[in-house]
Amino acid sequence: MPAREGRGAAVALRDVTISFRLGGTADFTAVEAASLTVEDGEFVAIVGPTGCGKSTLLNVAAGLLTPSAGSAEIFGAPLAGLNPDAGYLFQADALFPWKTAVENVAIGLEVVGVASAEARARAKEWLGRVGLAPFAGRYPHMLSGGQRKRVGLAQVLIRDPKILLMDEPFGPLDAQTRQIMGNLLLELWSADRKAVMFVTHDLEEAIALSDRVVIMSAGPAARIIGDWRVPLPRPRDIGEVKLDEAFHVLHRDIWAKLKDEVLKGYARTGGG
Amino acid sequence: MSRLTLLALQVLVAVVAIALWHVLTTVEIGGRMLLPPFFFSNPFDVAARIYKMFATGLVWRHLWVTLVESALAFVIGSVGGIVVGFWFARKPLVAAVFDPYVKMANALPRVVLAPIFTLWLGLGIWSKVALGVTLVFFIVFFNVYQGIKEVSPTVLANARMLGMNERQLMRHVYWPSALSWMFSSLHTSVGFAVVGAVVGEYLGSAAGLGYMIQQAEGVFDVAGVFAGMFVLAAFVIVIDAVVTLVENRLLVWRPAAAETRG
Ligand SMILES: Nc1ncnc2c1ncn2[C@@H]1O[C@H](COP(=O)(O)OP(=O)(O)OP(=O)(O)O)[C@@H](O)[C@H]1O
Ligand SMILES: [Mg+2]
Repeated sequence: MPAREGRGAAVALRDVTISFRLGGTADFTAVEAASLTVEDGEFVAIVGPTGCGKSTLLNVAAGLLTPSAGSAEIFGAPLAGLNPDAGYLFQADALFPWKTAVENVAIGLEVVGVASAEARARAKEWLGRVGLAPFAGRYPHMLSGGQRKRVGLAQVLIRDPKILLMDEPFGPLDAQTRQIMGNLLLELWSADRKAVMFVTHDLEEAIALSDRVVIMSAGPAARIIGDWRVPLPRPRDIGEVKLDEAFHVLHRDIWAKLKDEVLKGYARTGGG
Repeated sequence: MSRLTLLALQVLVAVVAIALWHVLTTVEIGGRMLLPPFFFSNPFDVAARIYKMFATGLVWRHLWVTLVESALAFVIGSVGGIVVGFWFARKPLVAAVFDPYVKMANALPRVVLAPIFTLWLGLGIWSKVALGVTLVFFIVFFNVYQGIKEVSPTVLANARMLGMNERQLMRHVYWPSALSWMFSSLHTSVGFAVVGAVVGEYLGSAAGLGYMIQQAEGVFDVAGVFAGMFVLAAFVIVIDAVVTLVENRLLVWRPAAAETRG
């Protein structure tokens, strides 16, 4: 593990530009000169129109993608290769289809040499924590989309990463379950504050969960165009916090800016 | 449809087919047999011949030889296919260099190799095993190669983010994926192992089901040929049932819809 003595921010992206090589001559610049700092213990939500480069930005923080320009630092040390401090909950299905729920969760520990009996026992505990104890023996294809996300959450959290990267973890859930999952996430997070980068489409969810909300412009060449501090007290209940006056004021502010970008994004991608 | 109805319908097909065969080979229609018995024998002669084969115990030795040859061909071909499949999939340069040769070898009709194998390995079981291996190897090889190449990039990225090293990736990601592809083609590869053995025997040997059929054909003993064919068919069905059992055991994690692959 990289030294934490440097004690810089958990994640510091500086003027990060990411271009993809396409088949032809032209490169496609997804994100341009984006700078974003996430302090240790801070919960930052990233909101932006579809296709603007949110996942791309998380991939950079995870070390899966090397920026074409700019730098990424993790706890003050430049990031080279994969980020060993990060746990990544992917947007797409990422569970091992040939492992049961409990095996999927236990693998995170087995990989670092925890004996398999102990890893299993702790995986069972974690499945209980995300409300899936009765589903321990099921394979991913026998779980619903939301259940799979929860297994994924347990798989990531059991390793106790210092940085949590979450890409629309509640995407496939209905409104009620979203709220329950959001509260669960806040509960788990406040027990042991990690730095969190949380990507979502849902502005309300972003405000309710986070310390800061960051807005990205519509791509291509998306930038970070807004950064709001959320003045709501903790601990929070997602349902109740939405009734708070400060919540509404902030929501109106951010939405005024975000709306234009969403419309631009739709216009460019034809609604996709 | 209930299992019983289905079974009844399946039996009905056999009964009708055999009845037709019987009528056409024994009853004259318009002054002549539609199927001359000399070329088509008839169900009773064939049944009697099969009965005799088992009654004298003669068939067991041949069955055993074919079984051993098929099993050896399957195991050796599979191990070879897995090793080379992994090697090629993990070393793209090797795969690129050997690609045209693999295609060439796979395009070659394997029957033409039989005389060469007989020349090299003699008339015993090993020339048949070799023929089966050339068939099984490519199926397993292609499936293992594909299985490794087709691992979902997200699953792979997840595995790496979870901190897996190359060895752990092999064990927890590549190996299960390759195996699932290999198992999905298990029916084909086992079938080809048997084909290799029987064709090899037919082309030159001293024992086995293929040899039995070839011997009967040599003296225009059509009932003997048919009897051999039925025994072979039953042999294949039994083996296929065993494969299905193994497959259901090993691929529990797969959704039912994916079972049509391969
Ligand atoms: N490998 C790639 N090659 C080329 N273009 C890519 C690649 N990956 C992403 N892109 C493009 O980069 C842009 C940003 O993609 P990204 O997945 O980060 O969007 P996103 O903000 O996560 O969208 P969503 O909210 O829909 O998940 C998109 O326009 C996408 O088409
Ligand atoms: Mg995304």
